[in-house]
Amino acid sequence: MVVSGEDVLSDSKIKLKIQTLRKTYGDVVALDNVSMEMRDGEFLTLLGPSGSGKSTLLWAVAGLNDPDGGEVWIDGKEATHTPPPERDIGMVFQNYALFPHMTVAENISFPLEMRKVPAAARAAAVNEALGMVKLPGVSSRYPKQLSGGQQQRIALARALVYNPSIVLMDEPLGALDKKLRDHLQLEIKHIHEKLGTTVLYVTHDQEEAMVMSDRICLMNAGRIEQIGSPEELYFHPTNVFVADFLGESNMIEGRVLTTSSGTATIEIPNVGKVTTPCNKSYPAGAEIIHMTRPESIDLLTPDERRSNEATGLAKEVIMSGTVTKVFVDIGDGRIIQVTQLTQATKGHFVGEKVRLGWNETSGVILTKCSTEK
Amino acid sequence: MSGMSSGTVGVPVGFLRTLIKPLHWQIFPALAFLLLLFVVPVASLLGLSFLNKSGGITTEHYARLVDQPVYASILWITVRTAFWTTLLCILGGYPIAYLLSKTTKSAKNLLVIFVLMPFWTSFLVRTFAWIVLLGKKGAINQLLQALHIIDAPVRMIYDFVGVLIGMTHALMPLAVLIMLSVMEGIDRNLSNAAATMGAKGGKCFWKIYFPLSMPGVAAAAILVFITSVGVFITPALLGGARDTMIVQLIIFQIREVLNWHFAGAIGVLLLVVLLLVFVIYNQIFGLSALPGGEIKKNVENRQSHLILFVRKIGGLVTTLLAEITDAIGSFFYLVRMFQRNRTSNHKPRFILWTVTLLLIGFLALPTFFIIPVSFTAESFLTWPPRGFSYQWYDTAFKSSLWPDAAIRSLLVAVSSAFLGMLFAVPCAFALARQNFVGKSALFTLLVSPMIVPHIFIAVGLFFLYSKVGLTGTTAGLILGHTVLVIPYIVITVLAVVKGYDQNLDLAASTLGANTVKVFWRVTLPVIRAGMIAAFMFAFIISFDELTIALFVTGGTVTTLPKLMYEDAILSVNPTLAAVSTLLLIFMSAVILVSEFVRRRGP
Repeated sequence: MVVSGEDVLSDSKIKLKIQTLRKTYGDVVALDNVSMEMRDGEFLTLLGPSGSGKSTLLWAVAGLNDPDGGEVWIDGKEATHTPPPERDIGMVFQNYALFPHMTVAENISFPLEMRKVPAAARAAAVNEALGMVKLPGVSSRYPKQLSGGQQQRIALARALVYNPSIVLMDEPLGALDKKLRDHLQLEIKHIHEKLGTTVLYVTHDQEEAMVMSDRICLMNAGRIEQIGSPEELYFHPTNVFVADFLGESNMIEGRVLTTSSGTATIEIPNVGKVTTPCNKSYPAGAEIIHMTRPESIDLLTPDERRSNEATGLAKEVIMSGTVTKVFVDIGDGRIIQVTQLTQATKGHFVGEKVRLGWNETSGVILTKCSTEK
Repeated sequence: MSGMSSGTVGVPVGFLRTLIKPLHWQIFPALAFLLLLFVVPVASLLGLSFLNKSGGITTEHYARLVDQPVYASILWITVRTAFWTTLLCILGGYPIAYLLSKTTKSAKNLLVIFVLMPFWTSFLVRTFAWIVLLGKKGAINQLLQALHIIDAPVRMIYDFVGVLIGMTHALMPLAVLIMLSVMEGIDRNLSNAAATMGAKGGKCFWKIYFPLSMPGVAAAAILVFITSVGVFITPALLGGARDTMIVQLIIFQIREVLNWHFAGAIGVLLLVVLLLVFVIYNQIFGLSALPGGEIKKNVENRQSHLILFVRKIGGLVTTLLAEITDAIGSFFYLVRMFQRNRTSNHKPRFILWTVTLLLIGFLALPTFFIIPVSFTAESFLTWPPRGFSYQWYDTAFKSSLWPDAAIRSLLVAVSSAFLGMLFAVPCAFALARQNFVGKSALFTLLVSPMIVPHIFIAVGLFFLYSKVGLTGTTAGLILGHTVLVIPYIVITVLAVVKGYDQNLDLAASTLGANTVKVFWRVTLPVIRAGMIAAFMFAFIISFDELTIALFVTGGTVTTLPKLMYEDAILSVNPTLAAVSTLLLIFMSAVILVSEFVRRRGP
């Protein structure tokens, strides 16, 4: 089920190929030799903090900035310096970039006019596109007369109406409130599923990325940290940045004791010996980071057992609706966070002595220094 | 706020408060001032046109306007001159504004100075410069003769071409600034979006950028047109007898013939023409497109037949232009060049830069020709100047006339700028921060001295002053200039106050500052640069003002521009060049200092 990059991609299905792309603005390196590929029909999200280079990469694919080095291939053709009008792309901008002096219909029909589609066919296509985004009947209005959510849908319709080869979306939901955003996330996802369009999407919202994407490309400081399915990134981060950026995590320093056949035994202060899956071979005594997700740790009843266990005092208990977070002090100020579904009968108290445990497969070993080249 | 108590009248103070509070007392001084010194004089001047010598009501002046074809022909010359000036200012100003809106910030800041320099250089100095350049023995004729392109000097001034050159040069910076303000508001992503959808350079520009810049073009056009209609310096100094414009006629009627009533009638005629232009403009674009326009209408909802027709024609024209541009573009690979450069600011856009720099040269360079001429050893203006001497500077300083006029101009400019600030700043605050009945009417009144041709104000004030004995006094001059500078201060301060985050005031008050302390410790320091800019603006307007001085002053009470103008009417001599050079240096210093202060501000 987990689609993991290279092995699935065959050459005929590659829609977009980025090779060692580099872009600098003055002294700032916005893209640092980035390489990646995208399948036909894929929904791929560029995720990362602001300034990570995700928008720069998207704009390079659109042809809106001139890369300093590397190549962009679209549909098997080299397009690094091809002007935007000749790329057959569609783009949804963060502020929608709807033309204020044109009606909704004129906006949507603009790309068709550029392609010299006959007027009758244009009108039909505009109506169909408006139906698709569930906004029939606004065609004679001006963008200013629509709400933010409606404008976003029009921008979407305008980018899709001419069936471009790739649709690029630059934080298209960034300006909307949470509820509308959640709704439109699903709507865009459904339109993508229906049309089978290839979508390259940019966001800084990890939840949005997880909800919508086939694959996520997590970027940081102009480089790709990890690329893979949401599950892969969440449960099998390859470095501390990924583990830390996505969701919540417990990261504790430890030392490797032994590694054998995909399993490592490590020593964590105040916890003791812990076993964890491990593909790399570490020398004995190597300093590593052990990562677990708070929701894969359980607070144990006296008769429950897990392969890895620790004890400590509940330092803080936070009930936030669906889940309850318990911060357990395992000594020397080391905190392990446990997140469990809130249950009325199973309250925990600050100062209570608790025992916690997790399965061997829930742990991940990360190399200590993540920012190595 | 509601501190106006007037218990002496015997009316309950509480009642007065409820009456006065929503009216915002801080606008009253300016309101009263403008009513007395702007509305009343202008209205009474226009009213005069319906009176005969003995005070009875008559239409004889209008009958004369209609009967004698010379007046219709002068009106026609005026409108024609204004039309061509407007067209040239828009055509020349558009590429400059376009480039300024697209280039890097540092390049823009530098180029804006060059565009602004001629704008702030005295109108008279610029006009003299054109005489030096275009005259029979002027620089251009000499150059062309030296290159054997022409055998005898070509007549370039004292005719329509000279007037057009002078007026275009004078008013193009205004057009640039207004168009620039609109162009800077155009979202760059719109062109990008059009490009991603398949629009090439020509279509991006003509179908997206150009229509969006139209409000700026329209606003620039109307302001340039109105200003041109009221100009008299340029036709008087650079035009021939056949280029007489309507304001010259008014001046002639008042100063030479002393026929006030007929002058008033000509004024009414001019106003009717202006109103007509406004009505047409409003039909097509809406007045809200004017800079500082307070009334935000939903323009898109007004779909009159005229608008639909104009839009349709506009759409066809832009489509045609887009096709032509793209055809030329793909032929010369221009499109590729433009598109590359639209996204990266590092590579020059050769054609645009060349055209723009030539235009900016046209704006900035002529003035400097005045400098070498001022050091000539001969007693008349020639190019190239022969010999070298300081004699004309000596002449200027030795007679008490020039230094006296300069000191008076300085005094008047500082006083009227100061007075103007006192009246206008409270109004600007009220306009920016409060909502009250008649807000847009107040705004219109405050900026109208800028729109109404100055000649009306000047003659109206002359008429008023002659009754109260203010004619020929410095005080009268200061009051008149205050009327003129109020609009500029209001617009500048309004922009600054609107850009001010009022949460800062709220934050300061939650931290324990009272109203007065909030203003002095927080508000004022933040908007200080804008206030200084407004003051400088007013100072320069007053210092360069001629029309009011021409009517209100007399005898030895004169200002620098008036002295220069009257000297120039007789003959343009090297003393004028020397005075102009000094003025140029002084004004440049003032502008550079105010630019520096403005940019240093927060």
